[in-house]
Amino acid sequence: MMILLLQAVTTPATLASHPLSGTAAEWLWLLPLLPLLGFVINGLLSLNGARFGPGDPNTPGHHPHSGAAADAPAISHAEQAGAAGDDHHAVKRHKWAGVVSIVGPGVLILSFGLAIAMFFAMTGAGVDSPFVQSYFTWMATGDLGIDAAFQLDQLSIVMVLVITGVGSLIHIFSIGYMRDDPGYPRFFAYLNLFVFFMLVLVLGANYPVLFVGWEGVGLCSYLLIGFWFSDKANADAGKKAFIVNRIGDFGLLVAMFLLFANLGVLDFVGVNARAIELPAGGALITAICLFMFLGCAGKSAQIPLYVWLPDAMAGPTPVSALIHAATMVTAGVYLIARSAVLFSLSPVASLTVAVIGAVTALFAATIGLKQWDIKKVLAYSTISQLGYMFIGVGVGAYVSGVFHLVTHSFFKALLFLGAGSVIHAMHAAYHRTHSHEDAQDMRNMGGLRRFLPVTWVLMWLATLAIAGIPPFAGFFSKDEILASAFERAHGSTLASATWLGIPGSTVLYIIYGIGIVSAFLTAVYMTRMMLYTFHGPTRTGAEEEKHLHEAPWVMTAPLVVLGVLSVIGGWLDLPEVITDLVPLGPGELLGHWLEPVVGAATARVSAGEVHASVTVEEMLILVAVVIAVAGIVFAWARLKPARLVRKRDAVAEEGFERVVAEKYFVDEAYDRAIVTPTYAISRNVLWRVIDNGIIDSFFVNGSAKLAQGFGWVGSKLQTGNTGTYAWALVIGVVAMLGAFTLR
Amino acid sequence: MLAESLALTAALFTIGVIGVLTHRNAIIIFMCVELMLTSVNLTFVAFSRFYGAAGQVFVVFVMTVSAAEAAVGLAIIIAIFRHRQTINLKDINLLRG
Repeated sequence: MMILLLQAVTTPATLASHPLSGTAAEWLWLLPLLPLLGFVINGLLSLNGARFGPGDPNTPGHHPHSGAAADAPAISHAEQAGAAGDDHHAVKRHKWAGVVSIVGPGVLILSFGLAIAMFFAMTGAGVDSPFVQSYFTWMATGDLGIDAAFQLDQLSIVMVLVITGVGSLIHIFSIGYMRDDPGYPRFFAYLNLFVFFMLVLVLGANYPVLFVGWEGVGLCSYLLIGFWFSDKANADAGKKAFIVNRIGDFGLLVAMFLLFANLGVLDFVGVNARAIELPAGGALITAICLFMFLGCAGKSAQIPLYVWLPDAMAGPTPVSALIHAATMVTAGVYLIARSAVLFSLSPVASLTVAVIGAVTALFAATIGLKQWDIKKVLAYSTISQLGYMFIGVGVGAYVSGVFHLVTHSFFKALLFLGAGSVIHAMHAAYHRTHSHEDAQDMRNMGGLRRFLPVTWVLMWLATLAIAGIPPFAGFFSKDEILASAFERAHGSTLASATWLGIPGSTVLYIIYGIGIVSAFLTAVYMTRMMLYTFHGPTRTGAEEEKHLHEAPWVMTAPLVVLGVLSVIGGWLDLPEVITDLVPLGPGELLGHWLEPVVGAATARVSAGEVHASVTVEEMLILVAVVIAVAGIVFAWARLKPARLVRKRDAVAEEGFERVVAEKYFVDEAYDRAIVTPTYAISRNVLWRVIDNGIIDSFFVNGSAKLAQGFGWVGSKLQTGNTGTYAWALVIGVVAMLGAFTLR
Repeated sequence: MLAESLALTAALFTIGVIGVLTHRNAIIIFMCVELMLTSVNLTFVAFSRFYGAAGQVFVVFVMTVSAAEAAVGLAIIIAIFRHRQTINLKDINLLRG
């Protein structure tokens, strides 16, 4: 494949007149190839180690703490063994761990450097059309002509920078987190492969190439969720994610078929140019957009397909940070921003996206209020924040959706890695004392700020960012989304449309209201998580406390970088109403940057919009801030960490609290409504009737019986009696002679 | 003259066929088969009287072959009799399906 690409690159089918020709952008093909190279190297090393090295990951029971915690990181014995001088099991570090620690993050850092070079090449040259590199013809049948082509434009470079940048930090964190796992090279091989597919997803110049990346990241998600596959729960979680995503992928495929059937093209440039041929607001474009959104709902965990994401926390925590918070789950938001032209032509589909996003944001936020597993809180928080992004792209504020995507990747990656640091410490402590408590349950934590001060400070920064406290990153992006929803209600193609018989402006006001309520809940559940984890008395256990310690620098350094980004990330797109008040710097950087990609679509949606006055905008910001502060204050006042008891002593919740803690029994409802009937139909109809009854009994055994019957008849003709044969011969001769003479 | 000859050979042939079909004794069936061969030889001779000597040549061939066949056939019948103490074809049906 590499040779193919190299050959193709020598004669790339790019426009010679494009401003990016001859710049770093010519190396576009190398961007995903580097992680692929890392995958190959790490994969080969992992195979080698599995055969000869210590710690075969396939050995049953290599993961001794599977019962206590779904996510139990390997413990850095090395740094403790000397001090404690104990006789714990030997470190099962992989024999190639050193090489993998360099190759795994190294390829990604190189990719990141290349992406930065491309970014500066783009800022230098005024780029108003995508830079497309076509390598070879992939499919050419009839009217269908699809190239294996990559495209670089303002949107894809933003995604590439996030993926490689945040990805590099998470890779570095993983060195510390996963180093002592027997499957260390396998882990980095999967992680590199994931980044490769993610880059294919965002760089693909047409829907089929995007779909390759889309499926590829799904595969890597499956592999990494079930990374500790010897535990059945983890393997099941991986399967669940894979199967739920298939439902969404069906939608994306149908959308692509519809696009091709009606436009005859599938590359982004062609689709964007010809989409206006479709009747605006018509049933066809709405169907295309809704099917596409089904794909987004699967990948980005929106109602009704969100159920896989909380279970996906079974994977190692860096995986949760990279795949299930920062990059893969935002692919749906990227897809809608990429297809902004299509969505802007269908107000009904856009409103549907926004409504689903709003409902998901509220729904997931309420569940997050009652979760005890620290990663589950973050998982529902991610679903909720993804809901915000869909509000953004749904109301036609594509820039704000992408903006929240970027800032969210900063602070949510930080939160997940911080949680990883906490789990790492907790697990190490329980491991040392041979305790089988749950290392992820917040009821077993408390007061950790004394032991993990760096993690504590950084996670508070991220919490303030996600809660929407100025001037942290999340405040600007979330405010921009809510303000956009509010403004669109005042005259836009969305406001004048009707959604299920409700006027569009009413829907938008409701979405704004739900967004505000969800923002309050976000502040509450995040403060709750911080309070229970880091504040109050320590409930870990007297003996265990002695073993709690801050993570090594290789894990805290990426946290610090993400912490800085969580603070300053908002500068990417300051609203002008704030830059007018306070001279913080140039406003709406991201907005201007993405203008060539989504500008036309945004303008189409906001046509006829009455721009809100400065006073209204200031009021909106004030409301957002007050809500966020109120949420934190409310949580601080109401929740008493001192009253918490450890998990094993906790009494079960009652009434509505239990309903929320049990996630509204959605999994159970899906189980009854879909899974059980599917099993029943499979067993009683498909298996017993169709497979056993019709296919096996009738077709398979039936044809055998038929042949047997003919054979029986034939054998009865063979009497073995010479007389019979003689008679048959004579009768035959007479018959033939008769036939010839009487003819 | 030809018609009478052919009528005779047809009658002989039919007698042979009926003998083969109705009898169970291998020797008798064998003799009936010989009768059928002889009737065919007669036909050749009758035809050669009108159409040249080729028929006579064929007769010599058929007699040669039937002599060989008789040797083999009788040897088989003797072998069967030694093996089963019978040459009744009703009892010899090893090939029954």
